Amino acid sequence: MDNFEPKIVGFLCNWCTYAGADTAGTLRIQYPPNIRPIRVMCSGSVDPAYVLWALLRGADGVFIGGCRPGDCHYVNGNYKMRRRVTVLRSILKTLGLGDNRIWVKWVSTSEGKIYANTMSKMTAYIKELGPNPINKYWSI
Amino acid sequence: MAKEVIVEVKDGKVKETINSFLNGLLEKNLVSALLVPREVPSKDNVAQSLVNNPDELKEANVIAPVLPVNSAGIISDMTRLSPYKSPVGVILRSCEIRALIELVKLKQASLDNLLIIGVDCLGTYSVSDYQSLCKQGSSPSDELLRKFKEGEEDAQLREACRVCEYPIPSNADLVIGLIGVDFEKNILLESHTKKGEEILEKFSFSEFNQLKERKESISKYINGKIEKRDTLFSQTKEEASGWENLLSVFSTCINCHNCMKVCPICYCRECFFESPTFEFDSGKYLGWAKRKGSIKMPTDTILFHLGRMSHMATSCVGCGACEQACPSNIPLLKIFKTVGYNVQEIFKYVPGRDLEEPLPLTTFKEEELQNVGEE
Repeated sequence: MDNFEPKIVGFLCNWCTYAGADTAGTLRIQYPPNIRPIRVMCSGSVDPAYVLWALLRGADGVFIGGCRPGDCHYVNGNYKMRRRVTVLRSILKTLGLGDNRIWVKWVSTSEGKIYANTMSKMTAYIKELGPNPINKYWSI
Repeated sequence: MAKEVIVEVKDGKVKETINSFLNGLLEKNLVSALLVPREVPSKDNVAQSLVNNPDELKEANVIAPVLPVNSAGIISDMTRLSPYKSPVGVILRSCEIRALIELVKLKQASLDNLLIIGVDCLGTYSVSDYQSLCKQGSSPSDELLRKFKEGEEDAQLREACRVCEYPIPSNADLVIGLIGVDFEKNILLESHTKKGEEILEKFSFSEFNQLKERKESISKYINGKIEKRDTLFSQTKEEASGWENLLSVFSTCINCHNCMKVCPICYCRECFFESPTFEFDSGKYLGWAKRKGSIKMPTDTILFHLGRMSHMATSCVGCGACEQACPSNIPLLKIFKTVGYNVQEIFKYVPGRDLEEPLPLTTFKEEELQNVGEE
């Protein structure tokens, strides 16, 4: 699995994490290109079904980025996302389905560095974990 | 508020005794109608019916051990547009009341003017088992009472009921008590609210004086159930854990969505999983087939089940209506109950426990779950 390059689907909040990713680019910080970012208006708008969708269609990891606690531009969307992801991870954990492929991180606009570091860390972690086993099964 | 009285049972006829009390509610005009399970003409099932004429109560059977539907959904249908203006009694089992409480929190039902009468639940059979028991000529209601009295396990009861840790109704105005009560001679009527107490005051029943014995029997009964529930949890982890096992359990799913349609908690008018999001071009299917070699049709059955869990597991009351409705006999109850229990544990939430407790997914605390999604 030396040449395994994880596919990570990212849901990035428009106001913070997406802008944070932009900052990383503006600052020309290098990070692994494994994430496929999807810009959403708020991390609170990410239905767990979308996260499952990505995982069941073969994504090796899902990343959700939101504003720092207290900074949500819609007051509390990120707190709600935190609960939803907690529920989803608990379901996957109970059923032994690899809840550790779902990551959440608070990244604000100025934190390009944190965004880049998280991407490096997550890519390395998923590489270690190996490809999403779902791809082996026809009967999903 | 708590008032306990007994109603004398004549010739061991429990069902008829309960019916005579219900009859009294209508005749004394304490309620304008009653929602009760009633024997259907073929006598091999019951259906909920809204009864206004006391004469029609003859066929009521509130202890029939069968749950064709979780009546929380029926009450939601009746009260969603406008709450009742005059008192209406509803006779429900614990799982139905708990689901109803969740639906009220989801703003899908109203408790205004409802008199909730809960019945101690000794468990229910699946509709098909109940029908075949009736065809064998026995009365499943009386048989189950006898078995319960003799402490006999009934392995034919639905799994949901065999592992149910909430046999006693909570959040009811009145409870019809059977557990820890000598129901061959008396049944218990217990008021849990002011409303319930006022109703009992209109009747002249004698006091119940075996409260201690009842409490002991209940806690013994519940402890037995909790043990069985925990066995079910570990069994689920063995049988349905990991993609390999889970996919094999769900491989017979035909995507009919019956489980969602009968689920008292799944109230959405348009389910996300039935939306145009799941309509794809022919090329899309071909693409997936090319990528993986082959794909199961219909697609996205696992996505439906896991997605549904992520939407309703926090409120799952474990009634097992989903499993009863499954044409492919998928053991949904054990999976949903195990998942639901673990999710609810995180928020220390018990669905149906308290109307004032907010739904976990509608609220949050600033200082909580600090390490979600970090490895």
